[in-house]
Amino acid sequence: MFQFIFKKLLLVVPTFIGITLLTFTLIRMIPGDPIEIMAGERGVSPERHAQLRSELGLDQPILVQYFDYVQGIFQGDLGVSLITKTPVIEEFLSLFPATVELAFCAAMFAIIIGLPAGIIAAVKRGSVFDHSVMTISLTGYSMPIFWWALLLMLVFSVNLDLTPVSGRMDVTYWIDEVTGFMLIDTLLSGEEGAFKSAVHHLVLPSIVLGTIPMAVIARMTRSSMLEVLGEDYIRTARSKGMVPMRVIVVHALRNALIPVITVIGLQVGILLSGAILTETIFAWPGIGKWLIESIGRRDYPVVQGGILIVATMIIMVNLFVDIMYGVVNPRIRHAH
Amino acid sequence: MKKGIAKLTLALAATAVAASVQAQTFVFCSEGSPEGFNPSLYTAGTTFDASSKTIFNRLVEFEVGTTTVVPGLAESWSVSDDGLEYTFNLRKGVKFHAQKKGFAPSRDFNADDVLFTFQRQDDPEHPYHKVSGGSYEYYSGMGMPELVTEVVKVDDYTVKFVLSKPESPFIANMAMDFASIFSAEQADAMLAAGTPEQLDLNPVGTGPFQMVQYKKDSLIRYLGNQDYWQGAPAIEKLVFSITPDASVRYAKLKKGECHVMPYPNPADIEQMKADEDINLLSQEGLNVGYLAFNTQKAPFDNVKVRQALNYAVNKQAILDAVFQGSGKAAKNPIPPTMWSYNEAVQDYPYDLEKAKALLAEAGVTDLKTNIWAMPVQRPYNPNARRMAEIIQADWAKIGVEAEVVSYEWGEYLKRSKEGEHDTVLLGWTGDNGDPDNFLSVLLSCDAVGGGNRAMWCDEEFDKIIMKAKQLTNIEERTKLYEEAQVVFKAKAPWATIAHSVTYKPLRKEVQGFKIDPLGGHHFYGVSLK
Repeated sequence: MFQFIFKKLLLVVPTFIGITLLTFTLIRMIPGDPIEIMAGERGVSPERHAQLRSELGLDQPILVQYFDYVQGIFQGDLGVSLITKTPVIEEFLSLFPATVELAFCAAMFAIIIGLPAGIIAAVKRGSVFDHSVMTISLTGYSMPIFWWALLLMLVFSVNLDLTPVSGRMDVTYWIDEVTGFMLIDTLLSGEEGAFKSAVHHLVLPSIVLGTIPMAVIARMTRSSMLEVLGEDYIRTARSKGMVPMRVIVVHALRNALIPVITVIGLQVGILLSGAILTETIFAWPGIGKWLIESIGRRDYPVVQGGILIVATMIIMVNLFVDIMYGVVNPRIRHAH
Repeated sequence: MKKGIAKLTLALAATAVAASVQAQTFVFCSEGSPEGFNPSLYTAGTTFDASSKTIFNRLVEFEVGTTTVVPGLAESWSVSDDGLEYTFNLRKGVKFHAQKKGFAPSRDFNADDVLFTFQRQDDPEHPYHKVSGGSYEYYSGMGMPELVTEVVKVDDYTVKFVLSKPESPFIANMAMDFASIFSAEQADAMLAAGTPEQLDLNPVGTGPFQMVQYKKDSLIRYLGNQDYWQGAPAIEKLVFSITPDASVRYAKLKKGECHVMPYPNPADIEQMKADEDINLLSQEGLNVGYLAFNTQKAPFDNVKVRQALNYAVNKQAILDAVFQGSGKAAKNPIPPTMWSYNEAVQDYPYDLEKAKALLAEAGVTDLKTNIWAMPVQRPYNPNARRMAEIIQADWAKIGVEAEVVSYEWGEYLKRSKEGEHDTVLLGWTGDNGDPDNFLSVLLSCDAVGGGNRAMWCDEEFDKIIMKAKQLTNIEERTKLYEEAQVVFKAKAPWATIAHSVTYKPLRKEVQGFKIDPLGGHHFYGVSLK
């Protein structure tokens, strides 16, 4: 088992090197000089331009820049944003709790709706419910997020006045930031109504962000369940006269869940990397929006550092899923 | 029963208090996060709204809603006869904000603060010069390092600026955001504590609002400065709710989640006009969008060709299709809200026959050229691609074949600065309300290879604007600038396209809000009904 984990860990090393190389070169391959973009129509004189390049370290040979960057990583230093002059890691930490909070709620929404829908659809295969679930999940899967978000916002926030439009909390509450997680901070503050307001603000973005994972989970659960329900041992269990509910939950679901858990793991990884569109529309201060803005501004350190962190998280989630797989299924463990 | 009534009264009183607390919170749905809180380090309007307009004051200020310079932290100022010395008499009894946790000032504002503010930007040896990246784009961009030879503390409440040459826009420069006055005492304290960058992240100022909390991409909170030297602001709590999407800002405004929003979508304007809860303010922006001909390349070195192409631009079509009512045709390089705007100048009407005749006169046939279109949206040009296509179609009618070209923004700016284009779409937004800030920056000989995208160096024009820059008498300057606009129009280095119209939707209960022609958002003097 340890050998298996060790092998998996070893594979992570080249992946890391690949990520640093890719982010470093890709952002530099996009045309556009960060100084020109910063200066805009106003422009800077050639002397000032040269001076700024040297101050930002952009005049160094590309290899030197790369090694500086890699060296920084080992010292836990991801550099300083060219625009705000704040350390990348500091900006990341200030924005990440918002992304985690939203990702968690979106995942909850996706699982709570997607999983039962998939199970029932599989059990009642061919029924109206099954067809509805399949149609809705296909629609959810292919829904343009931007449009979906604005639609929900117009209907529920503006017309029906059920939810707030955007942000994380009603601005009339002045809450001190302790953990960065609004749900926790509002509780800690003890201010009445603040927690409720934070929950209200989470509803629409969670639904929007959770729509695609929900569709994926529902479809995956359904197909996985169908496969298992066709197995001989299920037929045996049924023929023994076992209660149908017990057959489904205890015998079928347990086995059907394995691939579903993998899918959930991957979806959570994706959610944690920040949801660019959802965060932009709901003015949600997370890392997706941060990264996309930095690409626009050619803020090299933020793009490199930010993507590295996000990629690390995805690798970790994958590694965890891989290892879990090995734990659950000896066939995989021994195949290596 | 009595207990019940007492409880009810208490509850009612509590609700009343809650309601009044709520009413005093003013929410501005701002369009993005500020780059930081030191306006001298940055150039974005978003940053200025969050810092210089709220936290700080300057020696002189622009009167809100105009470009007139009025006293600020300086009660008065005088200029020596040779125009080289500007003496400012500072206001007494002005308090800096006191932070709840952190810095608390022990003294009032005085000359040391002025010296600190300018020496930090000017002197590369200053202990603060390199802090927070240490690039002072506006200070150097406005030519201050060459212009200011010395800042002298005459006494605690008198400061003298010595200039290297007479330059009248100097006083307007002093009202610009980069000239916001910092506390030298806070600077010293932060330096002593080993955290000088805190001065730029968490500064105190003398302005109407004190910053108390900033959460990147989420919100900024301010408290009204109860000791403000012009009197406490009516707004007690001010919140910038950072909302990058214009449709979402509109939804929030409609629902009352914010009171004012900047930069509405042009497509939403009609609906806003009809909305009963919303007041829509509008004003012509202090900007110009133009098409510059590269006058150093044939055949654009020939004035007849430039005039011909001017005649062949249908501005009305552009206004209708590109601006959708949020633009006004431009005939001069400066906007109509600016002093010295020459009303008498005649624009080139849309006249294809005249254009053809001029091209024939110039001996130009089968002209193949390009039109560069910006890849970004700007108020002075909301859709450059569309604009270029309209011009392309018009020019085709007079036998000019133009290709529309675009680059990534940074690349676009760089290449057009170097003069790679034949014709290029670009624009400018004024910084200080002075005509020199348009005419020198965009059309002087010095600006060739910089802001002068027409690469146009005209002796006659240059002489006039250089002379105007050195005079302090505004009537004389006006006359010279009016003359310069006539020369500009005749020699046609640009086809002037449009000035944008700025719209500012706000809720009906907002009172006293004024549109700033310089593009800022000010909340002092604003209240809620």
